[in-house]
Amino acid sequence: MTNMNATPVTDKPKVTEGAPSRAATTRSFLRAQLQQSLAFATLVALLLFFSIASANFFTWSNISGILLSTAVIGILALGTTFVIITGGIDLSIGTGMTLSAVMTGIFLVNLELPLIVGVIGGIATGALIGFINGFNIAILKLPPFIATLAMMLIAQGLALVISGVRPIYFSSVPGFKDIALGTLIPGLPNAVLILFVLAIFAYIVLGKTIVGRYTFAIGSNEEATRLSGVNTRKWKIIIYTVAGLFTGIAGVVIAARLDSAQPQLGVGYELQAIAAVIIGGTSLLGGRGSIMGTLIGALIMSVLINGLRIMSIQTEWQNVVVGLVILVAVFTDSLRSQRSAT
Amino acid sequence: MKTGKKAAFFAATAILAVSLAGCATSGGSTGGDAASSDQPYIALVSKGFQHQFWQAVKAGAESKAKELGVTVTFDGPASETEIDSQLQMLQAAIDKKPDAIGYAALDPQACIPLMDAAKEAKIPVVEFDAGCDSDYPLSIAKTDSLGAGALAADHMAELIGNKGEVGIVGHSQINSTGVERRDGFVDQIAAKYPDIKIVDIQYGDGDHLKSADIAKAMIAAHPNLKGLYGTNEGSAIGIVNAVGELGLEKGKITVIGFDSGQAQIDAITDGTMAGAITQNPIGIGEATVQAAFDAINGKTPEKVIDTGYFWYDSTNMEDADIAAVLYK
Repeated sequence: MTNMNATPVTDKPKVTEGAPSRAATTRSFLRAQLQQSLAFATLVALLLFFSIASANFFTWSNISGILLSTAVIGILALGTTFVIITGGIDLSIGTGMTLSAVMTGIFLVNLELPLIVGVIGGIATGALIGFINGFNIAILKLPPFIATLAMMLIAQGLALVISGVRPIYFSSVPGFKDIALGTLIPGLPNAVLILFVLAIFAYIVLGKTIVGRYTFAIGSNEEATRLSGVNTRKWKIIIYTVAGLFTGIAGVVIAARLDSAQPQLGVGYELQAIAAVIIGGTSLLGGRGSIMGTLIGALIMSVLINGLRIMSIQTEWQNVVVGLVILVAVFTDSLRSQRSAT
Repeated sequence: MKTGKKAAFFAATAILAVSLAGCATSGGSTGGDAASSDQPYIALVSKGFQHQFWQAVKAGAESKAKELGVTVTFDGPASETEIDSQLQMLQAAIDKKPDAIGYAALDPQACIPLMDAAKEAKIPVVEFDAGCDSDYPLSIAKTDSLGAGALAADHMAELIGNKGEVGIVGHSQINSTGVERRDGFVDQIAAKYPDIKIVDIQYGDGDHLKSADIAKAMIAAHPNLKGLYGTNEGSAIGIVNAVGELGLEKGKITVIGFDSGQAQIDAITDGTMAGAITQNPIGIGEATVQAAFDAINGKTPEKVIDTGYFWYDSTNMEDADIAAVLYK
């Protein structure tokens, strides 16, 4: 939490030592690779451990279950990765997802719009939430923690108000459920396919486009980026809107998986997504992170939780174990940033 | 130094915002403007308002209030873990000096000082759903959750032929309904069905998604599992979703749920769920307002008003007395 409270500090100019040298860049690249392979090794170790511990763990049905349970948190985590790399935070993704799900329900069930229109409307809701976050942070200069905390409450309240504190069922919308549970690839739920396609999309946007370049630039040194003539306000709004887009897609996917929009869900999902991002090696201080890492982080979380459940470990202990894993991940992360700061 | 100060400022702002958030999320007040009317006013402080169950309690309370010509307000925290903010609501209710208070305790101990305050202010208190460990409240309208859990166990036993492995997806290991619905089930199995083994009990907080993932893990871990019992609406629907997502044939795993709601009614209709236990939330709301009304008029309401619980399945869902207690 200290780390999270400290994140808004990135809004002020950093005491800067100029552009990082080539050697430092290489070093930080290697560090990122190391963290990522560390995360990957953890994932493999967990898979091995649970496979040995329980004969019922490594079955296709269970693995596909794990992948499906990764989908929603994973999609949220992908979008949040962008925000966290800028040195920001987005607490509104959990309830923003719920509001997007509820709006999808309003469009499809109450207004009886065509499937594609309703789905786009739901995703647009998420993007709008992200845009407002970006506006509040970039233009009104609110600290991201506070701006998105407020949005988290607003989205939660609106989801309840708009739905009339009642779940909206999609049973009248044929094909909607298939968005998450259909199988375009036999045996693999579409929600998982969506997660992977979005991961590739996010990987390209972060690694190969100007959006990605400015995401890293703002995260490593916002002031320097601004002074070099980049309109950082505009790009921050764009980055938060991209995160919102993912929130909206997660909203549609969770609604399709539950075949209903449950307005009281969502609180706590943002923290799980942020945890996945951090376990994947993205730094809460900004400037460093990867999509691959986030995907692995999300998988670590769901493999861990599923494995503990398969082994019938008590729920309360499950939380303790997941908490410890997050602690270790953030600890190694802060160790490395301390080292890189000296 | 400057950095330190600024960080401290942000930390302080964050703490402030979080505490504000605490207040903001605990809204959910509804109902008319109390002071302006001449009708007797009953303030109801509930355990929640977001779940369909509480919405049904509220509906029952409001219809009874209309019938009796009283005004009611219905407050509750956003989640059933917010004991502190519920106490603030109860304090606010006492401060408004209503003619009576209806209260559902989130924690049986924490509410005692406020019960003393209500006594001091001479405001009669009736309880619903869960009581406070104080002898001031006049009555309580509630479901016998232990009995309801035992009834679920009896039906589970009958449906799986009195033997085999079953699992429980609970909604809370803390609050009284979660604990009693589980214990009623577990104790009944232990006492009457020696050949049934409860292989796992896990808790999904009533979250549909989490409960579905838990149910899938249980089914994977126990290939011989014959039955699953979900202790509230979210838990039960989670199980139904899990069975659907795994593509298991209907009835391979006997699913028993709790409470109602459109999704459970649909699952029972299409055979994914064998049946469920329902309480009578509308009846709880009605009985609470009736008891409060009696107290205002100097009559002593019955100490414990058992509003009952019922087993329902595809054979009796349409019966008038069952249909009346189901909510969608």
